[in-house]
Amino acid sequence: MSSVKSYERLRKDLAERDRSLREKVVALKDIASFVRDGDTVGIGGSTMSRTPMALIWSLIRAKRKKLKCCRSITSSDGDLLFASAVSDHIVTSWFSQSILWGVSKVMRHYVESGKAQFEEWSHLAMGMRLRAGAMGVPFLPIRTMLGSDVLKQRPEAKEFDCPFTGEKLLLVPALNPDIALIHVQRCDPYGNAQIDGLQFMDIDLALAANKVILSSERIVANDQIRRAPDQTKIPFFTVDAIVEVPYGSAPHECYGVYEPMIRHMEYYVDRINKDPVEGVKEYLDRFIYEPKSWSEFLDLIGLEELLTATRAGNSIYDA
Amino acid sequence: MTPKCTANELLAILSARQLKDGMVVFAGVGIPLLAATLAQRLHCPGLTILFEGGVIGAFVEPGKLPPSTNDQRCTVRANMVLGSAEVLLLLQRGYVDVGFMGGAQIDQYGNLNSSFIGDPKQPKIRLPGSGGGNDIASLTNMIVAMKHEKRRFVENVDFITSPGWIHGGESRRESGLPLGGMRCVITELAIFDFDAKTRRMKPLALNLGVTAEQVQANTGFKLEFDSAVGVTEPPTEHELAALRGLDPERLYID
Repeated sequence: MSSVKSYERLRKDLAERDRSLREKVVALKDIASFVRDGDTVGIGGSTMSRTPMALIWSLIRAKRKKLKCCRSITSSDGDLLFASAVSDHIVTSWFSQSILWGVSKVMRHYVESGKAQFEEWSHLAMGMRLRAGAMGVPFLPIRTMLGSDVLKQRPEAKEFDCPFTGEKLLLVPALNPDIALIHVQRCDPYGNAQIDGLQFMDIDLALAANKVILSSERIVANDQIRRAPDQTKIPFFTVDAIVEVPYGSAPHECYGVYEPMIRHMEYYVDRINKDPVEGVKEYLDRFIYEPKSWSEFLDLIGLEELLTATRAGNSIYDA
Repeated sequence: MTPKCTANELLAILSARQLKDGMVVFAGVGIPLLAATLAQRLHCPGLTILFEGGVIGAFVEPGKLPPSTNDQRCTVRANMVLGSAEVLLLLQRGYVDVGFMGGAQIDQYGNLNSSFIGDPKQPKIRLPGSGGGNDIASLTNMIVAMKHEKRRFVENVDFITSPGWIHGGESRRESGLPLGGMRCVITELAIFDFDAKTRRMKPLALNLGVTAEQVQANTGFKLEFDSAVGVTEPPTEHELAALRGLDPERLYID
């Protein structure tokens, strides 16, 4: 059975959402109530950039189960989702912490033992699947993945002869996640969100999803958004909940605000490289389950590291 | 006197020389990013570098190499940032002259594997996967820079992640990929291109001090060395100094 929704179903689901102009600010601990076990969850950002880490952290603490997570490129967020049993299925084009640290031993452990699935698409295919979802069409044609073994593993994609030119194309199915988690630099209480720098696939993701949770470095007044409407990338009516979380991508980066917290990442990678199973368990306990709040997690990363990352993050605006 | 250098330094310098001023190059992270940036500092000030994170016209700063092509450091002094799908679609539309990637495993037809070692159903090793690799290799002319080891240069890859010439001959075109293809493979031992008809990899030039026997001994399939095989110019002091200046922490060149 196809996972692509019919157009009427897609429109009906959207029509049932409360899209009114209202304030949507909630506390971080409340966001788990928006996510049901088994949901397909689209995760914004890419690799170590603008990862909605605080939202993921909160879902792990709430012990959500069986989430099918989709992301353009997956980093240590994927390790944590597998190891916490929040997700047993990740749909992505690339999955490891970063090229700096080789192949993720946590990903390898879960995938090679068959405990979890890493469903691979090309990067463009991920983008066009979300684009189709955002456009309200069931598929889009692309000219990649053809002839590769990546395609052989994805019977959901269909080879197709173009009715105009006769050329061979690949149709990739729309991806309309149940829920999207996206971290931004600023938004207003209604959800008009501004993204600085690299936007990755986040605009399509917000439009494609049936529900959007934003975490934002800052919540600002609607007046401030209106002063620079060209910076607004996500319109309020796609958004269902907003949380203000400073350093909400830590230990990953948020463009113009902070770079990745490399020492913390190195600590993590070093620990899991010694023992992927116990190492990641220990990390989850120490950094996710035990802290009383996100601030306490940031405390564990340490002020020195936060300041270093912030200095580097801000430096993008130096001439 | 040839200056001493590491295998990765040699790879980066030989690769940088393949790029020509005025080209538009789509570069992957690691050696490709470094080599493209080096070319920009040496003989290609007008090189336009694209990154998968959504960057056109990057000018990476020395000592601030990005840990991936999705980090803010990729955008320093760039002409434009855009969405990741948009930057990949520039390849599909045809605006990119060269795709430039690293490789984990390559075969005689230039197919790259970055997904599985062993049977994909029960892999010995699950690798990180395609990223944009499949898209770049499907849509444009490719240069690959990689370590030359027998386990990396195999007759047929365990899994085609990023297509080269697939099974050789016309098979790439017949698969629905009429354009682009693997053009050049650069290793610490030699430079290779591909036969225009059979599409098999063949040595173009050996690096200084490397013998044909040595290259064959490190390659998992039969290579045909014809009399035209040349010798590459070794790195100059000037090239090495520029390269080391870009990566003072030696993130990628060790």
